[in-house]
Amino acid sequence: MTGWDKAAPGLAAALLLLAAAGSLFIGRVDMPPAEVLRALISPEPSLAGLVITELRLPRAILAILVGAALGLSGAVLQGLLRNPLAEPGLLGVTSGAAVGAVAAIYFGLTQVFGLAAPVMGLVGAMAAGAVTFAFGRGGTLSLILAGSAVSGLMAALLALALNFAPSPYAAYEITVWMLGSLSERSWDHVVLVAPFIVVGLAVLGRMGRAIDALALGEVQAASLGIDLDRTRLMALVGVGLAVGAATSVTGAVGFIGLVAPHLVRPLVGYEPSRTLVPSALLGAALLLAADIATRVIHTSSELRLGVVTGLVGAPFFFWLILHLRRTAP
Amino acid sequence: MTRLEARGVSVRRGGRAILDDLSCVLEAGSFVAVVGANGAGKSTLLSVLAGLMRPDGGGVWLDGAPIHRLQRQTLARRRAYLPQSPRAEWPISVERLVALGLTPHLPAFGDPARGLEPRLTEAIAACDLAAQRQQAATTLSGGELARAMLARALIGDPQVLIADEPMAGLDPRHAMDTAGRLAALAAGGKLVVAAVHDLTLAARHATHLLALREGRLAVFGPMAQVLTPDLVRVVFEVDATISGVGVQTRVDFTATD
Repeated sequence: MTGWDKAAPGLAAALLLLAAAGSLFIGRVDMPPAEVLRALISPEPSLAGLVITELRLPRAILAILVGAALGLSGAVLQGLLRNPLAEPGLLGVTSGAAVGAVAAIYFGLTQVFGLAAPVMGLVGAMAAGAVTFAFGRGGTLSLILAGSAVSGLMAALLALALNFAPSPYAAYEITVWMLGSLSERSWDHVVLVAPFIVVGLAVLGRMGRAIDALALGEVQAASLGIDLDRTRLMALVGVGLAVGAATSVTGAVGFIGLVAPHLVRPLVGYEPSRTLVPSALLGAALLLAADIATRVIHTSSELRLGVVTGLVGAPFFFWLILHLRRTAP
Repeated sequence: MTRLEARGVSVRRGGRAILDDLSCVLEAGSFVAVVGANGAGKSTLLSVLAGLMRPDGGGVWLDGAPIHRLQRQTLARRRAYLPQSPRAEWPISVERLVALGLTPHLPAFGDPARGLEPRLTEAIAACDLAAQRQQAATTLSGGELARAMLARALIGDPQVLIADEPMAGLDPRHAMDTAGRLAALAAGGKLVVAAVHDLTLAARHATHLLALREGRLAVFGPMAQVLTPDLVRVVFEVDATISGVGVQTRVDFTATD
């Protein structure tokens, strides 16, 4: 090990700061940096000030929260399952959140109440997490199987909603929501999901010791005093709260949770607990960067966040497969 | 004096008795070799003795306390357990792998490495791993990995070490080396319980023999007294000749018709 393991959190934090600054300074509306700074500091209201404090700032904060939720959840799940392909959607909460939000659109609740989609998304994520827990108790394999069964059911419900969409417009709205986006998100969204994400992150952040011991396999971890049932429950609750809330407000955003831990791992000597904080920071930085990309790449209709992370993340996935094939015995 | 006692332990799976009404008292200072044919219940017995599996009947007591009543962390500090062919799931360094053995000794929060460096160095040196200290655990040879896992188990200075076939898959030199280490631990006042397939190795290094036959206790006692051709015939269904004493003991098998 070199000094990298000590430097990794700092490096990830620096990237995050850079991306956060970029997110404030770069946008659809061209604004000279001096004006952005003045808008951030000066209390007097101005158009530039409104753009920064009411549009870009909440959007950046939301990107940080969601990215951190995805990055940390990915790191914890990969550590828990000792599987480099584990990702936050594995436990069914992501698709549960999608079903909740889509139900809000389907039944027209979003027309009545602006935050209906994220609120219903939260409900959907919690319900999906509860079902996964009910069926997945007692073992890691049953937890994964329950998660994939719940994901399958939720995918069917999404298809059902599209099938019976009340109008082509509703179908379009549902499809677009599922592509993931951070545009038109306000402080209301931040206030709604931040508590869930923060509590989720706090739960996941305490799992370092358990996933370190799991590097020796489940039996040895248990012999070292790790309560495996409690560990699995903590992972489900943490991922359910953090990723469930994140997905309910942004829609499905893939690959961040898969990629961030992989980029961090070699720098920290593969120690599972040391991947946690840098993965959260890097996840946030990656999501900010992806969101900036949706703003600077000018397209006829808005380029969606989930599309960007997918397009950038999928090639990484191919690389990962090749890499695993080379290194696996 | 550490004392591990099993009373009337029974384990049933799918209507079949894996362990049937097994009782024994194991005491500090002994190296108990657990032997038996495949499927005789050795691994199950070790899991039960380690407090990792609740038997369906009977129970295990560690120094007079029911083992399942002990707090996980307390139990983890007092006994170490090594499963059959343990492996590292991530390419962490040997140093970090060995340090994981200190998990039950750490405070819930804080830097795990602080103040434990001398212990780590000592455990790594004791298992002859100084040269591999920074190497990724996934790139170790079988013998090196076995030593690393042993160091992992011993770094916490447990009173009881329970190991499931710690010599399996090792070449003769490393197998003898490992058996010697276990014997030295027992001589130093620990209780060592290990499943062993190689009867000669067991006879040479272990102080006690615990033989299982179809989930029942065939015999338990001091090695020199209980290891006989008759016992080998009952437990393994092969004829055997036993020659020599102590570290010169040899067990040879001859086929029965």
